[in-house]
Amino acid sequence: MEEDGGVTKKFLYVNRRAPYGSIYALESLEVVLIGAAFEQDVSLAFIDDGVYQLKKSQSTDGIGMKNFSPTYNALGDYDINKIYVDKDSLEQRGLTLDDLMNLTWEDENDNYAEKPSISLVNSEELAVLMEQQDIILSF
Amino acid sequence: MKLGIMVSEGPYQHQASDSAYNFTKAALEKGHEIFRVFFYHDGVNNATRLTVPPQDDRNVVNRWSELAKQYNLDLVVCIAAAQRRGLLDENEAKRNGKDANNIADGFRISGLGQLIEAGIQAERLVVFGD
Repeated sequence: MEEDGGVTKKFLYVNRRAPYGSIYALESLEVVLIGAAFEQDVSLAFIDDGVYQLKKSQSTDGIGMKNFSPTYNALGDYDINKIYVDKDSLEQRGLTLDDLMNLTWEDENDNYAEKPSISLVNSEELAVLMEQQDIILSF
Repeated sequence: MKLGIMVSEGPYQHQASDSAYNFTKAALEKGHEIFRVFFYHDGVNNATRLTVPPQDDRNVVNRWSELAKQYNLDLVVCIAAAQRRGLLDENEAKRNGKDANNIADGFRISGLGQLIEAGIQAERLVVFGD
């Protein structure tokens, strides 16, 4: 943005909690969406129970809370396409990539080809990713 | 150094606000600049002027207000998080048809962009949470 003098920093949002047991997941997503307007270099990481935030076919009928999971599908439209999921956290919970929502983005440099946004990473790769960041916000 | 501060938990239940206050005060006394303190999640409850803690305990809210006055600190409360939790200034109370407001001196209500801006402008963004 103009008032920020064109500075681009690397922002990583780390999501570690299940989607409905507390409000951190929802309010993290709100920061990510607002932050998208600032045209920074954004990555998201999902670790521990945070991997449940990306679970497909969520239903909140029984708990009377808003199912906000469809909003993750909009991230690609906001140019947020670097979504890292901790492989160990998935496995420990009996989940695989197929259990997660198919989040995609359109690559305008490749004839708008639809590409997957989610990458599975191990803890060493996550450590490298964190080392590269300017700002890490953990939710 | 120019620092941004984020406070993610409310007063008393967690130490986060105490730690953030002590850190902010120490940084200011050492001559560092605090670009902004941003209150998010239950952290917005640090801005209610209706807390009445026991007299032999610290007053977390007043302490922030006094620090803001002394150093001209920018204390910003997230509007979306604040509205969910019943934290309103005069304008927001009026706009939402509420009969009272409860924001303490020295705090102002604004959007999440203020947090992102603090991340961009400050050399370090220090987060105090659970």
